[in-house]
Amino acid sequence: MGISPVLWQFLVKWLHASALFPAEASTISPYTDALYFFLLAMTLVGLLLVGVLVFGFSIRYRREKNPVATQVEGSTLLEATWTIIPLAIFLVTFVWGALLYFRIYDPPANAMNIYVVGKQWMWKAEHPGGQHEINALHVPAGRPVQLTMISQDVFHSFSIPDFRVKREVIPGRYTTVWFQATDPGTYHIFCTQYCGTQHSGMIGEVTVLSPEDYQKWTQQSTSGMSLAQNGERLFASMGCNACHSGNAAARGPNLAGVYGSKLTLTNGSQVLVNDAYLRDAILNPSQHITAGYAPIMPTYQGQISEDGLIDLVEYIKNMQSNFRVQQTLMTSESNQAAPTTPTEGTTSETVKP
Amino acid sequence: MIASTNPAMHPHTHEAVDHAEHEHVALPQHRHHFETEEQQREAGSFGMWLFLLTEIMFFGGMFFAYLLYRNWYYPAFTVASNQLNVPEGAINTVILITSGFFMALGVWAAEVRKKGLLVIMLILTTVFGLAFLGVKADEYHEKYELHHIPGASFSTAMFTNPAAFGLKEEPLAPDMAQHTEIFFFLYFAMTGMHALHMIIGIVILFWLTWRAHRGEFSSGYVAPIENFGLYWHFVDIVWLFLFPLLYLINRHPLS
Amino acid sequence: MSTSTPNLHTIVSLPDQSTAKLPKRHYINNEHGLLSWLLTGDHKRIAILYLISITFFFFIGGAFAGLIRLELLTPQSDLVAADTYNKFFTMHGIIMIFLFLVPSVPATLGNFLIPIMLGAKDLAFPKINLLSWYLYLAGGTLTLAALVLGGVDTGWTFTTPLSTHYLNTHVITAATAIFIAGFSSIFTGLNFIVTIHRMRAPGMTWFRMPLFVWSNYAASILMVLGTPVLAIAIVLVALERLVGIGVFDPAKGGDPLLFQHLFWFYSHPAVYIMILPGMGVISEVISTFSRKRVFGYTAVAFSSVAIALFGFFVWAHHMFIMGVSNYSALVFSLLTMLVAVPSAIKIFNWAFTLQKGSITFETPMLYAFGFMGLFTIGGLTGVFLGSLGMDIHLTETYFIVAHFHFVMVGGMLMAFLAGIHFWWPKMTGRMYPESLSKLAAVVTFIGFNLTFLPQFILGYLGMPRRYAAYPPEFQVLNVLSTAGATVLGVGYMLPLLYLGWSLKYGAIAGDNPWQATGLEWQIQSPPLTENFIEVPIVDYEAYDYEWLEKKQREQVTTVG
Repeated sequence: MGISPVLWQFLVKWLHASALFPAEASTISPYTDALYFFLLAMTLVGLLLVGVLVFGFSIRYRREKNPVATQVEGSTLLEATWTIIPLAIFLVTFVWGALLYFRIYDPPANAMNIYVVGKQWMWKAEHPGGQHEINALHVPAGRPVQLTMISQDVFHSFSIPDFRVKREVIPGRYTTVWFQATDPGTYHIFCTQYCGTQHSGMIGEVTVLSPEDYQKWTQQSTSGMSLAQNGERLFASMGCNACHSGNAAARGPNLAGVYGSKLTLTNGSQVLVNDAYLRDAILNPSQHITAGYAPIMPTYQGQISEDGLIDLVEYIKNMQSNFRVQQTLMTSESNQAAPTTPTEGTTSETVKP
Repeated sequence: MIASTNPAMHPHTHEAVDHAEHEHVALPQHRHHFETEEQQREAGSFGMWLFLLTEIMFFGGMFFAYLLYRNWYYPAFTVASNQLNVPEGAINTVILITSGFFMALGVWAAEVRKKGLLVIMLILTTVFGLAFLGVKADEYHEKYELHHIPGASFSTAMFTNPAAFGLKEEPLAPDMAQHTEIFFFLYFAMTGMHALHMIIGIVILFWLTWRAHRGEFSSGYVAPIENFGLYWHFVDIVWLFLFPLLYLINRHPLS
Repeated sequence: MSTSTPNLHTIVSLPDQSTAKLPKRHYINNEHGLLSWLLTGDHKRIAILYLISITFFFFIGGAFAGLIRLELLTPQSDLVAADTYNKFFTMHGIIMIFLFLVPSVPATLGNFLIPIMLGAKDLAFPKINLLSWYLYLAGGTLTLAALVLGGVDTGWTFTTPLSTHYLNTHVITAATAIFIAGFSSIFTGLNFIVTIHRMRAPGMTWFRMPLFVWSNYAASILMVLGTPVLAIAIVLVALERLVGIGVFDPAKGGDPLLFQHLFWFYSHPAVYIMILPGMGVISEVISTFSRKRVFGYTAVAFSSVAIALFGFFVWAHHMFIMGVSNYSALVFSLLTMLVAVPSAIKIFNWAFTLQKGSITFETPMLYAFGFMGLFTIGGLTGVFLGSLGMDIHLTETYFIVAHFHFVMVGGMLMAFLAGIHFWWPKMTGRMYPESLSKLAAVVTFIGFNLTFLPQFILGYLGMPRRYAAYPPEFQVLNVLSTAGATVLGVGYMLPLLYLGWSLKYGAIAGDNPWQATGLEWQIQSPPLTENFIEVPIVDYEAYDYEWLEKKQREQVTTVG
């Protein structure tokens, strides 16, 4: 054969691995692949048609066989045919693609949420239970997982080809994507939006575990503090509880149970309180003043990292009552060492149950 | 640059005429000098209109950005807009319209082949154009003194604490006040781009005045004057959009 | 004029080579000296200047493509470091798009042919035409300056806030280069539109114009309306870098998506600026070598205009995964589907032009066939990307790279080469060597497919674009692609060599070697500086081969 053994081995290995199509490792994958095969078929049929026409006519009407051309002006019927048929096929593609789009981007209500922060050049995954990962993501098989993602600097894009999902990770706003992994194993995570020098190094692995293994992993790798607990600490250390104390006379609105509710703002508009709203309200408070309150909240733009914001959002999300807020407030008020912004150490001591 | 459009045709048309004279082919459609001149004139003004269309798209991008941010940061835009100098803006509007009026008279003077009048009108147009730029410079200077020029020296103090500056405005929250910088960025980008068009126009005006003085436009060849007129009026019209958008519509009465 | 030859394999009819000579006076020998070229107002000479300069930039851009493929031979970034690789693909993109593809057909063939096809002596504004070449040259020089000073690594899309706040390379230099080159293309478009509206010869009605003129007209509309928006987006990026107030920076209240909107408002229509003139070339070539009027002339003409109009309303399909609202995603996806239809119409109309024709297979025709096949693939894979759900998986991968290379290189470059070969005898008065050029066409076609077909597979497997290093399982396909690129490189070098050779040794072409009907073929090759001795009166429809035969029988030519 003359083929070098190294190359041969390589080819064999490649053909054994996913040579032409990526693995189908999420519930979305078969749907995407179905549309892909439809589109492939469309392309092949179209190409074949054009090929048959061009080669057929070229042979039938080459100059040797047909020395004199017959002039034809055109044909409205034929032209209408090849306007309408492609249009119909393209419209089918449009509808099919749109349905798939909503399937990929509309998460089911019971999806578990994991936060992802992109920065040059790494992915940080933050699980609500306090597991932090870099360039890695552990998820259970058979459970819908939603990723709430944000970038700390430039545009990134979070892509898991084997799951057929991808979404731009944008500075300044949360974007989400969801998937339900089917097969335990490890799969590539890529950043697909060019993000600077080490763009091609911004890769990671998603590890899909069986539910039992996932259970084990969660217990082993927790940092001991859930995101909400971190958020509680931050809430106290930034002095948020001074105003958002939940008292009737407090200067800031009561935050317990606010997540998921509809708020009326001073300008009269109604908004749904979700992750994006909470984040925005911390950074640009004056645009998010709840009706009945004065615009006195300072901006925290540039003072809290995206990770900190995620902690706060997660904390407010899980805040059912103001009991602990007030408790913390009492402790920090009595602790006169640092009245306005208590240091990390002191608050963590006071907060710990 | 813009007005050179038409002289470019000049040698060319002469060539065509030469051919007509040398070879003298008697075809009914053959271009006589006048017809070519007409075609040239039409082509020139059509080209100018197209150029102005590209200018509209150019300014359009900035208008789009302005409308987007105005929608997002309405409070910051209204308060920042109140800091623009409306009297000076209004005076500038009058100055610019007057300049446009003289330009129109200039085009008329060229068409009726009154050389002296044309030169005077072009000079008046230039003078009023320069006056506009002078007033604009004064406004920019004022912005400089108030630290309203985006960049390192920009200060939002006036918007977070208007009382300290003797203003009767409602104070803005610091996060909103920060967005006034975007207003001023757009203000400088848009009026600056407009002023740049004025400066280019005035350079061309000097050149046209000199050519008019030499009598180039006194024998029926008026295309450069006409086309420059279109350009100058376009610059006027851009201002007529900028002035209300930046100075007026965000304004609110101070109690 | 020679009479029809008994050889039925070819349409080419050349004058008797033992007696034939180039015309005594033509646009090339009309004046001598470098200055006569640098200060020329002649659209034909400016076209030649453009041809030389875009060829130069094509080979620089091509060299970067070669370096990119070389780096991707192995999974690690071992040939060059990641930041160098980033500069490679940025320079490749900027040079190929702004300095080659956008001006390619319009500024060379369009510049040379549009006035002649309309029966005019020149474009409406010869000096502005020359100015636009100088602007192009200034833009090109600045690009080279950015390159020599250390390069740019923003990617040709200048994505904010990466380009405004996170890179320390020569972004402003490159941005200025694109700004200036943009004005060059605005002025070219403006010149074409005015010329087409105002300079047509008597009898040259809108529906007698060759389809090449129609397609350039459509492209010119896009240039005139789209480019200024790119200009302002680029200005804002430069200002943002200088002042840094955050108009695109979300931390300061700016909106990075605003830049995306402004940028793609130009850069999507730019795709049609690049492809439409190429489609015009294909119409001319297919008609000539099948001796038939283009099937459904009106439909083909209007489909160009339709592409130009729809082309303005599909820009946000570049942003489907960036969190545009569901409604705008739906609307833009639908419009994207609609813009695909006129392209399909064109392909079928060209195919049916062949029907009942009398077809010969000279080099331009081979390139045109290549165009039809590759553009069909390129166009239909565009439908993949316009389909919302599919786009999620495919966008930002090698699939999209393969897609637009099929359209831009498989489509536009094939059309450009078809056009260069087709009009080479008109531009130089000499024929290129036929068998060598057929070889080049076949080599190009094979090399192209070998380079870019594997990239579709790579894309579906998920390999992201702009990666200096990639997981090892993608290597086989990348090696294939690099091998193809080598073949493709040879395919592009060949024309450079034999076209150069033909300038001196090529057979004398005569006025109308292809027996084509366009006005440009009724005058001498190379043409006179003033194109026509007398203004032609057009009394026949475009592609009227019966008119041509009648004319040849009567031995009457417009040029004595």
